[in-house]
Amino acid sequence: MLPVDGIPTKEDILAKAPPAERMKKGAVAMIECWQEIPCNPCVVSCPTGAITMEKLTAIPQIDFDKCIGCALCVAACPGLAIALVDGSKEDGDRVSIPYEFPLPEVGETVDCLNHEGRVVCEGTIEKVVHLPAVNKKDKTPIVTIKVPKGYALQVRFFKRR
Amino acid sequence: MKTDVLVIGGGPAGMNAAIEAARAGASVTLVERQAHLGGQLVKQTHKFFGWAEKGAGTRGIQLAEEWSKAVEEHENITVMLSSEAIGLYDDGAWMIEKEGKLIPIYPKKVVIAVGAQEKTLPIENADIPGVYGAGAIQTMMHVYGVLPGEKYLIVGAGNIGVILAYQLAQAGAEVKAVVDVLPKLGGAYWVHVTKIRRMGIPLYMKHTVIEIKGTKWVEGATIAEIDEKFQPIPGTEKELDVDTIAISIGLSPLTDLMYQAGVELIWIPELGGLVPVHSENMRTNKPEIYVAGDASGIEEATTAALEGKIAGAVAAKDLGFDVNDEAIEEWKKELSQLRDAPLLERLRQGLHKLHEAAKERGLQ
Amino acid sequence: MKRIENHPILTFKRGKKIKFYFEGKEMWGYEGDTIASALVANGVKVFRESLKLHRPRGFYCAIGNCSSCLMTVDGVPNVRTCITPLKEGMRVERIKGKGALHYEN
Repeated sequence: MLPVDGIPTKEDILAKAPPAERMKKGAVAMIECWQEIPCNPCVVSCPTGAITMEKLTAIPQIDFDKCIGCALCVAACPGLAIALVDGSKEDGDRVSIPYEFPLPEVGETVDCLNHEGRVVCEGTIEKVVHLPAVNKKDKTPIVTIKVPKGYALQVRFFKRR
Repeated sequence: MKTDVLVIGGGPAGMNAAIEAARAGASVTLVERQAHLGGQLVKQTHKFFGWAEKGAGTRGIQLAEEWSKAVEEHENITVMLSSEAIGLYDDGAWMIEKEGKLIPIYPKKVVIAVGAQEKTLPIENADIPGVYGAGAIQTMMHVYGVLPGEKYLIVGAGNIGVILAYQLAQAGAEVKAVVDVLPKLGGAYWVHVTKIRRMGIPLYMKHTVIEIKGTKWVEGATIAEIDEKFQPIPGTEKELDVDTIAISIGLSPLTDLMYQAGVELIWIPELGGLVPVHSENMRTNKPEIYVAGDASGIEEATTAALEGKIAGAVAAKDLGFDVNDEAIEEWKKELSQLRDAPLLERLRQGLHKLHEAAKERGLQ
Repeated sequence: MKRIENHPILTFKRGKKIKFYFEGKEMWGYEGDTIASALVANGVKVFRESLKLHRPRGFYCAIGNCSSCLMTVDGVPNVRTCITPLKEGMRVERIKGKGALHYEN
């Protein structure tokens, strides 16, 4: 459980997940921000106004229909708590995460880890892009991993072999 | 040497105090013990929370660069590096030691922003090489590019402990475990914890280190689960093959200079222990002394910077320089918004005690 | 105990190589190092021993607060090696006892 060991339960994760129909249409942001902390770069980074917040210490709310899956919020989030999930492709789901480690090669096979850090499946690195963090002084590498169908809500990290 | 405002400490609080006092027209001397400005920002590679409009998402290391540039470029500021304030003398001289020489400075106002020190772990063998402050490991790694060990145990799962675990992994080291005596997460932001959990770094809550192995240096450690009275539960011991143990069990303000200069200190555990009694304007019982940052009560870099701005501006204002009062009020508002998060309840209790004490003494 | 070569966030701009001596033994550091960081990079863990029980001590805070890393540098005792920049030819030694106040420079 999050308050005890920093691992979200299945319910925690489902509460943040976009509806299945939206995921089938293409990449969409999933904001795993659990606490009211004084922080708002996700709101400011969103080009369509899909992410909103009542006040600085509120938990961000996302309108999944307005989200265009651009990943700017993924790069902006100081807590590295946002991932893009995409269930639109036949050959597998896609997960895009911010990655602050030595970068993998496109096409590389990796072990995919879930929120507990357990290996749950094999994945393939599909894309590595560098997007500006909100202040434009920094670029965050965003890595897109191809994972088996049904794994988009689980995979949040990967280990190189 | 004479100066309007002497700022002691070149971290986020001190740099911002210097910038604001100088902006108001005061002549400022900033003394810093290290050979570089930035304070503990130079080890903070993670992105900061806060307002995107005010630089949230910026890494601490970038803030250190920006602010030190602003300090160095300001014509009203004289920076003295590798210089340490060692005390106040009866003639009003603040003695600065620089490379073995003593330099007296006669300031009209002083902002003390000297930061904090890491607490130590009171168990047997915790004094041998290999047991290091978490911040010390960050300094070695991020300032000098040196990893002091290969396999780590981190004691204390607050923000510094879990951020250190992530940073060690980035530097290519192995973190065998993070332990904490609390039954559940205390001061750490959950997003910092989730970052290390999804990488598979083990976190043991309700655990403590019961044995540090080695004679010349650390050669291993034993951790165990503890009961409600914080006593180890027999049979729950785990041996860890580690060569380094990082201690991140909290910070205490560095108050010795303040004490020597006659600033009143009070005991507020929620703020890290002994803290200087001060008002929201960062004034103390000594009319010429102001405080800011962790030295005035343990928080973090964003609030330290705001406190520094307030202290610098108020010191200049008290000297008769023209200062924008609205800006000071705005910084105070930003501080209270940052301190509004539910996680910071304990901090707010500490600040309440502090403000009551300041009010009782009529500090403005 | 090694130099970090590749880091995803930081680039280390190391200055020119600097030769120094630890207990008479030749070692190398870089401009920008403190004495302590150079010692650590060279694998030195024990910086001094405690006065009464002669227990080994390494650095602890690395920012000049504690007294764990005091050493004799170029004959001067009780130098805080964690905040003292490394210089060419420095002779760094473990302190014997408390060190003498009247030293030969």
